[in-house]
Order: sequence, then structure tokens, then C-alpha cells
Amino acid sequence: MEVERMKSQKNHTREVVVVGGGVAGMQAAIRLAEQGVRVTLIEKKHELGGHIRSWYHLFPSFTPAQEVYDALHERFASHDIELITSAEATEINPTSVTLADGRVLHTKAVIIATGFEIFDARRKEEYGYGLYDHVYTSADLELLLHEGEAGEGLAGALGFTPRRIALLHCVGSRDEKVCQPHCSKVCCITGVKQAIELKKRFPDAEIFNFYMDIRMFGPGYEEMYREAQQKYNIHFIRGRISEASPTFDGRLQIKAEDTLTGRPLRMSVDMFVLLIGMQAGPNFGLPHADSGFLEPQDLFLGNVVAPAQAGTLGGLFYAGTVSAPKAIGESLNEGIAAADAAAAYIKQK
Amino acid sequence: MRRRHTSNRNSVAAIDWGYGINKARVINADVNDLRMSEAILREMPELQTCIGCGGCTATCTAGALTDFNFRMLHTLVRRGEYEGMYEQLNKCMLCGKCRLVCPRGINTRALVMLLKRKLGDN
Repeated sequence: MEVERMKSQKNHTREVVVVGGGVAGMQAAIRLAEQGVRVTLIEKKHELGGHIRSWYHLFPSFTPAQEVYDALHERFASHDIELITSAEATEINPTSVTLADGRVLHTKAVIIATGFEIFDARRKEEYGYGLYDHVYTSADLELLLHEGEAGEGLAGALGFTPRRIALLHCVGSRDEKVCQPHCSKVCCITGVKQAIELKKRFPDAEIFNFYMDIRMFGPGYEEMYREAQQKYNIHFIRGRISEASPTFDGRLQIKAEDTLTGRPLRMSVDMFVLLIGMQAGPNFGLPHADSGFLEPQDLFLGNVVAPAQAGTLGGLFYAGTVSAPKAIGESLNEGIAAADAAAAYIKQK
Repeated sequence: MRRRHTSNRNSVAAIDWGYGINKARVINADVNDLRMSEAILREMPELQTCIGCGGCTATCTAGALTDFNFRMLHTLVRRGEYEGMYEQLNKCMLCGKCRLVCPRGINTRALVMLLKRKLGDN
């Protein structure tokens, strides 16, 4: 558990408040501290890290998420950063951040790095998450992989050895029925990564990825997709699963169209993994897209800057998935970009 | 309606009504026998890298003149649907243009030969 640090508490005139202690927020705070800016990081949970703490291995290199977090945290701890944990921001202005407990932090600029929330798979009732056995989310699977590593392997963590596994892409993404019109970007590659993780642990299992489009946007991703196909014998079927229903023998029957053959397809599986998308978090009354993610000034030179609004002349910056779904590497980059933009802003003031 | 007028003549109660029940179009992965498909993939593992782009079908000479659809055909074979595939493959003239366009570098011309060998030729 993170201890609330209040180094140099005396005369700590805040210059920048970073809201959110995930990878983007931590990176932004580090970058600001490196430049001698007095920075405060607030995190709603009792410890830093955000979602990366729940991931097992990261695509496409299978780097343990813990390794990345530990290295980032080590850098964070080496700087004079005021950290306030278990503190949720309720109101954000360029010159102040109000916390849920009523405290008001005055500052010269704010970086919003509040990230995303994972989509609640129960909202897609047709897939039976929370209703039927053996339906998991991609987030569950990451935790199970952790648990398996610490104990008796994934089969031990699951309590059985699956013979046929289906992974479904775009659950809570590109789906207007659940008000999630956007692509969550990272689920495709996560699905490929998790299919490989599963095949490594269950070499005899048949593994099927059901997709609408496969979007391999990053370095090494397409190569990993190809490896999943050729080396790991993962089957990719283009078609969205319409529903899952339990069978008499305790498995799940799924239905999809195999759109590349134009034929309906069904199969029973004994493990069904839903690749859940990113959902926008709170918008603090700031301009946002239909998806709920905050809209920056523009998507090019002002992509980490909040749009200038009536009454404010800047001072609000965005880092990470608060403004759109992003991978960890991208969020880390935005932490640096937002920190630099914020540092330049307070210096010119 | 391929099965039309093919009621079992040996059956006592066989009456040809002139119509019947369509064969289910569903690909049932619980029933299909994938052994042949797996044997094909063992010989040509790169077939699994197909991304279904349809380039092979787009350039196909046979496909321009008949309903031969090579992308759909080998996808069906991989799903364990073999019926009628050998006959379909006879439409291929082995010109090899499909091999030139495949973005995954699959030797589609050799695949035609492999499929024919597995599905019927000796």
C-alpha cells in the first residue's frame, strides 16, 4: 500500500496537479518533477498504477506488466512529488481541483489523466457473462493468468482444462446498442496475445477468435497476429457472435456467421472470453466525443491540450486514455507530452 | 435444392412429393470432422495466415467466368466442409495469378493441387 507522501510539505506551492495515478499520470508527474516543477499527483485508489496493476503480460512482447510498473514506480519514488492517494477529484478547474472530501487544491495548471473504465460485460446479456459458467472477460483472464502463475497454472486457476475456447472481439466496442460507438483499439491485439497465452498453456485446445475487423495498429502487432495464425494454430473467424447459450453438458453453444463463407456457424465451447473495451470515465463537464472521451483542442499540435473554453485561457491538459483509448506505450508518451505542455504554460504565465 | 427428387427408392414408404427439407446450411463445428483439414494445414501451415482479403478470388480467371470462389472454398475446407469441393476445384486452370496477389505469400497454386490430392486425386 502506498504511503501518503508529503515531502516538502512546507511552502509547497503547487504548480501542477496531475489527476490520476495510472501510467500516464505517473509519467507526467515524473517529467514535471524532472524539470523542477512542484507537482502534486492525486489518485482515487489507495495505491498508484491504475489498470496496469491488473494486467499480466503486455502485448506484443509479453513483457510482465509488473516489470514496467516497478521501473516506473522506482523513477516516481526518486522524485519530490506530492502524492495524495484515496482522493477522488470531483471538480476540476485550471487553477483548482476539488476532492470528494471537500479539500481544494490550488494550482497553476492541471493535467487530467483519469484514464478509462473497463466495459461491464454484463451489459451484453446475450453473451451470458455473470449468468453462465465459463464466460470470462479479458480482464478476468489477465488475473487468472496471474493466479495461475502464482499457483497451479491456469488450469488450476480455472478449475478445469478447456478443450475448445472462443474469444470474442469488440465486446463493448463499436456497438451503438451500449453507447460505445468507438473502437477501443487495444482489444484486437489483446485477443491475439491472450489466444497465444491460452494455446501455450493448453496446446491441445482449439482456439477461435471471432472478429469484425482485426486492427493491428502497432509495431510488431501484425507480426504477432501472423504468428498466432501460423505458429499457434489459432483460428480467426470473421463474424460477430450473436449469442451464447448453455448446453446440457455444461458447455456453451455460440452462434455466428462465418462471413467469409457466407454460412451460419455454431459450436460448443468450454471457455468463452469476451474482449471488453474501454469506456470513458468522468468528463468533469468538459467537451467530449459521443463516446464520452474528452476532446482535446485538436488531434495534432494540441492533442494534449483541453480546448479553450469560455472563462478559461488554458491550463488544462490531457494525458493517456482520458481522451481516447490508447495502449500503455502511447499513454506513457502522452504523459511526457502533457507535462511539457503544462510546464511551458506555467512558465509563460 | 441439390437434394430435390432424390428420396430413397429402397424405402417402402418413399414417396416423392416433389419437395423436401433443405439441408441445414449451418456449419456445425461440433459435428464436422477436421482431420482432413488439419492434415492439409500440416502440409501447408501458411494457409492459416489467410486474412480473407479475397485477392485470389478477385484475380481468378475461373472465378470471372464461373461461380468458383477460391477464398470461400479453402475457408470452407478449413471448417471441415468438404462436400463438392473437389468438383469445384476442377474449374481452376492453374494459371497461378492468385499466387502473385496473395499478401500473405501463400502458394495458392500449390494449395489447389494439395486440396485436390487430399480431397480426391490419388
